[in-house]
Amino acid sequence: MDMVTAVTSLGRNGLADWLIQRVTGVILLAYFLFIAWAIAGGVDYPSWKALFEQTWVKVFSLMALLSLAAHAWIGLWAVLTDYLTERLMGSTGNFLRITSQLVIALGIFIYVVLGVQILWGY
Amino acid sequence: MLQVSIYRYNPETDQQPYMEDFEFDTQGRDLMVLDVLEQLKARDSSVTYRRSCREGVCGSDGVNINGKNGLACITPLSATVRKNKLVIRPLPGLPVVRDLVVDMSMFYAQYEKIQPFLQNNTPAPAIERLQTPEDRAKLDGLYECILCACCSSSCPSFWWNPDRFVGPAGLLQAYRFLADSRDTATDERLSRLDDPFSVFRCHGIQNCVNVCPKGLNPTRAIGHIRTMLLTRAT
Repeated sequence: MDMVTAVTSLGRNGLADWLIQRVTGVILLAYFLFIAWAIAGGVDYPSWKALFEQTWVKVFSLMALLSLAAHAWIGLWAVLTDYLTERLMGSTGNFLRITSQLVIALGIFIYVVLGVQILWGY
Repeated sequence: MLQVSIYRYNPETDQQPYMEDFEFDTQGRDLMVLDVLEQLKARDSSVTYRRSCREGVCGSDGVNINGKNGLACITPLSATVRKNKLVIRPLPGLPVVRDLVVDMSMFYAQYEKIQPFLQNNTPAPAIERLQTPEDRAKLDGLYECILCACCSSSCPSFWWNPDRFVGPAGLLQAYRFLADSRDTATDERLSRLDDPFSVFRCHGIQNCVNVCPKGLNPTRAIGHIRTMLLTRAT
């Protein structure tokens, strides 16, 4: 039993996944602090719209959006490969895991497309 | 009277495991948990567990004591008994052979995977491979592991993936050889660990650190392995 690879992991290797998870985590933390700070200052529709009309806010938001997609993929992949496995459930485990991964992939894709549309589409 | 509850399972006669309760008179003494087991075995010889050195050196009597893994021989009742209850179960996550005896095959398979022996492809010196006191000091906190499996069997990542995640005990030993100045197989060792499971299934919850009867810190060693992998790859 040598190296274990997993074709459905985001970076195909443990170190890449780990590094992506850490970096995207920092970006998400920064973004949520920024949003919390913006909300704490009090927002109404015009000020919120003005905030998101600035290019750097859109870029930062897109960065957070893509980070969330990668972060969620890696995190949920780890959860699924813990609990839905061949070792625990036989081939049912593989079926449930792959199906869940497809559903999650679709969800993340829709989330990113909608996010891009909302940020840059108006 | 101390209320002792012990996990019982004999696959030849029992449909399923059950907890058996015993009353135990400590006569006011602060015994070790192993002493209690020994005296209960004298009362009922079918009570089964592993033990050998009875002083925390051999690592045979790792069990789950009041919810926390530890060595029965060096865990005094005063350190674990609350509300007069002592609950002893086998190490979690490993198949039970009988009562408190677990099948350690998966644990040993992971240990074997990290190749726990010195590898050096340079010509052997006349007497021995020397090491500076500083390099030798790097092995402190690593070599002391007695493979009792208290750490790996307290690790949820090991419970779910004992076939793919090396586990804290194996990784502590992996780092023991990665850190050894006399070992020349560092690169090959790291290559074998660079997948999504072997090292990276560790999420750093430190259950291993919490239970280690020898006071070792596998989480720190795993952090060092990650740093080595990162340094090598960037």
